[in-house]
Amino acid sequence: MVTEQITQGAQTSTSQAAQAGQTAQPVGVPFDEPITDWRHRHLLDVDTLSKDEILRILSTASAMAEVLDRSVARTPALRGVTIFNLFYEASTRTRSSFELAGKILGADVINVSGSGSSVEKGESLVETLNTLSAVGADAVVMRHHASGAPWLASRTIGGHVVNAGDGQHAHPTQALLDAYIMLQEFGDISGRKVVIVGDILHSRVARSNLWSLTTLGAEVTLVAPRPLLPSAMVRGALEPEHPLGLPSVRVESDLDEAVVDADVVMGLRIQNERLRGKLLPSSAEYARRYQLTSDRIAKASPEAIVMHPGPMNEGVEIAVDVAHGPQSRIEAQVSAGLAVRMAVLFLLIRGGA
Amino acid sequence: MMNSMDPAAMERAITRIAHEIVERHPDPEPLMLVGMRTRGVPLAERLALRIEGIDGRRIPVGAIDISLYRDDLAQRPHARMQPSRIPEDIDGAVIVLVDDVLFTGRSIRAALDALIHYGRPAVIELGVLIDRGHRELPIRADYIGKNIPTQRGDDVRVSLAETDGEDCVGVYEERMSRGH
Repeated sequence: MVTEQITQGAQTSTSQAAQAGQTAQPVGVPFDEPITDWRHRHLLDVDTLSKDEILRILSTASAMAEVLDRSVARTPALRGVTIFNLFYEASTRTRSSFELAGKILGADVINVSGSGSSVEKGESLVETLNTLSAVGADAVVMRHHASGAPWLASRTIGGHVVNAGDGQHAHPTQALLDAYIMLQEFGDISGRKVVIVGDILHSRVARSNLWSLTTLGAEVTLVAPRPLLPSAMVRGALEPEHPLGLPSVRVESDLDEAVVDADVVMGLRIQNERLRGKLLPSSAEYARRYQLTSDRIAKASPEAIVMHPGPMNEGVEIAVDVAHGPQSRIEAQVSAGLAVRMAVLFLLIRGGA
Repeated sequence: MMNSMDPAAMERAITRIAHEIVERHPDPEPLMLVGMRTRGVPLAERLALRIEGIDGRRIPVGAIDISLYRDDLAQRPHARMQPSRIPEDIDGAVIVLVDDVLFTGRSIRAALDALIHYGRPAVIELGVLIDRGHRELPIRADYIGKNIPTQRGDDVRVSLAETDGEDCVGVYEERMSRGH
């Protein structure tokens, strides 16, 4: 009897909090699991993370999202920690959200970009990293045009390395924030149909999402015109026994077919700077067959959501009304990015590894 | 292990604290109970239920996670972080912070820092189920369920029906403790 009352009491106050709209639905694991140390020093890609580890990052991120709602959104968790944002490629979202994530947690964040630094005078990556180590970098958040550069960094410096995008290879925090949005929407994405459309060949976002989404049990379909698919995928690298060991996904070139009953439709940017007319006849031709239009989204599940990592070419890979329509979660992705990056920095630096 | 509180004693202690809170803050003072993760939260919810039984007021209950404010973050790995929720504006409110065990006072210091990032309460008070002594900071509780004298190295664990399946308070002497 007493227990019943207490349980009712607990439910009442939870629903009160939900009504007050203070926090979004918590995402990730139940909280009664035993507390273990975080075993990773670096976040280079999501393929080394277990399902539990991904869920732990996402549940930490959902606690971080609440911090952002406070009237003073600052905490002392990383006080005394110095983080360098080392960006060799242009970025608005990723760079500013890493900077803000570090600052909200109390760290000192210093931005170093390829232009305007000694890199322009010919300093090598290793020299630059050694310099950052020498001035006391506890963590380096790194974006580089060369795939694998963050791995080199992780072997060069003593601090933590976070990959903020390397070449065409990996973009782990983007994949994690995408998973966060999907879990927030559906609770559990196991068995959910996720369709990723666009320039798969050049997309580090697609590559990282492949790992995290399949680890979380989603059914992933990649959609692109053939020239924009990695040749290995076309040649059967997705078969279970293939030596590359890629996760099992479907590959399609007809978007109208692939989108049927999808729960998530994710558009990727057509990267004009990487295509230069070589692989696509024109962006109009691409838009005709692969643009996310309201007609195509109507074929997906009625509760389907539309995502895009940004920046968007509106009118090319996504129609303006879809980008800003009721099913779009593109803006939510940007704010989730901040919470996810706070969670990643906190777990890496304060998690015990 | 010595069991220092049976379920009936725990209920009595919680009911007594509820009466003390009501006496000190009669209607219509803007009260809020804020439980400290993990076991302070169900305790705060029980207190709210008792207060409603006494004078009919429905007191909002919040939860605060102190992971980001601990002073030993750099020394040892942190616990799993859980979302805080503060259900109402705390400017001008009377807040009773609720925790299961008061020991060094360091967690309370962290919770105070976290709370004032939500606004400026009129008063913050502290209610604990167990005060086991050995303070390292100038912090004291306003409402105490039970004082239990302990050795510094002992381990005091509160179990609650909501989180652990039963109500009890175990005191583990140092040599038996798992270094919790």
